[in-house]
Amino acid sequence: MTDKNVISLCPKAFLPLWRRSPVGFLIIILSIVYVGFTIHFFGFSLTKILGGLVNMKPILTAMFLWQDFSTWNFSVIFTGLAQTLAMAFLGTFLATLVCIPISFLASKRIFRFAFLRFFIKRILDLIRGVDILIWAIIYVRAFGLGPLAGLMSIFTADVGTLGKLFSEAADNADTKQIEGIESSGSNKLTVIRFGLVPQIIPIFISQSLYFFESNTRSAVILGVVGAGGIGLQLTERMKAQYWDQSLFIIILILVMVSIIDTLSRAIRKKVIDG
Amino acid sequence: MNNILENYSKNYSEQIKKRRFWNIFIVLGLFIAILISSSIIDFNVTRIASGIPRLGDYIAKILPNLDTNLLFANSQIEGSVPYWYFNFKKYIILLYETFNMAVLSTLFGFVFALLLSFFSAKNITPNVFSFYFVKRFLEFLRGVPEIIFAILFVWALGVGPLAGIIAMTIHTTGALGKLFSEVHENADLKSCEAIRSSGGGWIPQMRYGILPQVLPNIISYALLRFEINIRASTVIGFVGAGGIGQELYLVINFNYYEEVSAIILLIILTVITIDITSGALRQRIIKGVHD
Repeated sequence: MTDKNVISLCPKAFLPLWRRSPVGFLIIILSIVYVGFTIHFFGFSLTKILGGLVNMKPILTAMFLWQDFSTWNFSVIFTGLAQTLAMAFLGTFLATLVCIPISFLASKRIFRFAFLRFFIKRILDLIRGVDILIWAIIYVRAFGLGPLAGLMSIFTADVGTLGKLFSEAADNADTKQIEGIESSGSNKLTVIRFGLVPQIIPIFISQSLYFFESNTRSAVILGVVGAGGIGLQLTERMKAQYWDQSLFIIILILVMVSIIDTLSRAIRKKVIDG
Repeated sequence: MNNILENYSKNYSEQIKKRRFWNIFIVLGLFIAILISSSIIDFNVTRIASGIPRLGDYIAKILPNLDTNLLFANSQIEGSVPYWYFNFKKYIILLYETFNMAVLSTLFGFVFALLLSFFSAKNITPNVFSFYFVKRFLEFLRGVPEIIFAILFVWALGVGPLAGIIAMTIHTTGALGKLFSEVHENADLKSCEAIRSSGGGWIPQMRYGILPQVLPNIISYALLRFEINIRASTVIGFVGAGGIGQELYLVINFNYYEEVSAIILLIILTVITIDITSGALRQRIIKGVHD
């Protein structure tokens, strides 16, 4: 077969892009124009970026030259790590406890007052709309600097997200079990306990574990605004330009996060498989 | 018959016993973990109870004093919406800046992630060495939180959106790179084989064999990342990396109470609008594939 034969088999595939897919072509052109315009809007230039990268060089060298390793304050660093873990764990645990009743209230099948359900759902939306770091600064204002503010902000952000996920899980539960128990004349609490809970508990546990995982990551950054944990130690050291200690802490964070990920993934697999 | 029943009930009670043991074990473990973590962060009811009224005070302070009669009066009169939002023009410019930070970092991160993801997908990687190297590299990029990168780049590049964009681009590259390579790993390799059998090299195989089938999934992941980056770009300014977060941090620290709620409300509205738009777009892209 010659090239011409091949082209005649499927003529459209060999057209240039602007004739094959004019819309796709237009999108690509428009996005290039927009990026150009945005770079102009911010006033970026290559010299500015390259100049910054030159400034990075002393920072990077300082990161890898570990000086006076024996004098570093390891007890403070490891306390920070423990605080981060404790914040993430307690925050997720308390949020799970609070979200279980909330999910019943926000679920269509259990709770029949549509108005109140709508109200609860919008409050959850509002909580989710505020980023966890914004919650953290607000809580730092109320509870003072330290891990307690971090715990509360993790708790608040999680109530928003877990409340939504849990109520969706409760809504998606199988009706047959619930109907079966209702038909035997039991009251609401029994229906929830034997019709709904056995179906949704594995989902709740695995979602909470997943959030514990992601909260260990969030707990790290909460320290940036003063909400305690290892992030506070890290930002203090970065502000004081102790780059070697900063890199050490970053490595510790990466190790901690990957250990938690592996553990929680193993448990989640076990919970879901039964 | 009796034998079967006996066996059954014996089996049942054994299983119940086993289960009860595990349940007690888990509850005890949780209890100990709660005790330890409460003591580490000095968490107790009195501290929470004393903090909650202060939280209420603070929220009461940042909420605007709106007067229903004067709601739409001009910005000189206290109690009106224009008075609350007297800095509206500045906020809009900052929001536009924030939006653009998210757009640029998503686009650049998308391009880098797409290029790297072909190396970190197990089934199509050109060689084992590049597979492990790129995979570890992407892990590092997404392992470090973007705000930590932002602090670093604020030191190097100075205060401003550039530091935030670079930090978010790095994190986006790591996160999208992993997702993209997982998409590639699920791709059908038959079209690649066809190209190889007609003499196409690795690059044509990727371009014409893999890319067309993974593109819809990839674009929907990129849109999801854009939503996440919009959220991130509103707070990355806390460390001086540009956007509306920088202004929010300023008004919170200077105790310009009403401006705090004004900015937070704008952020919530922006985030929700973009979530809804991009969610609808994603559904259309995924649906288009199935039709």
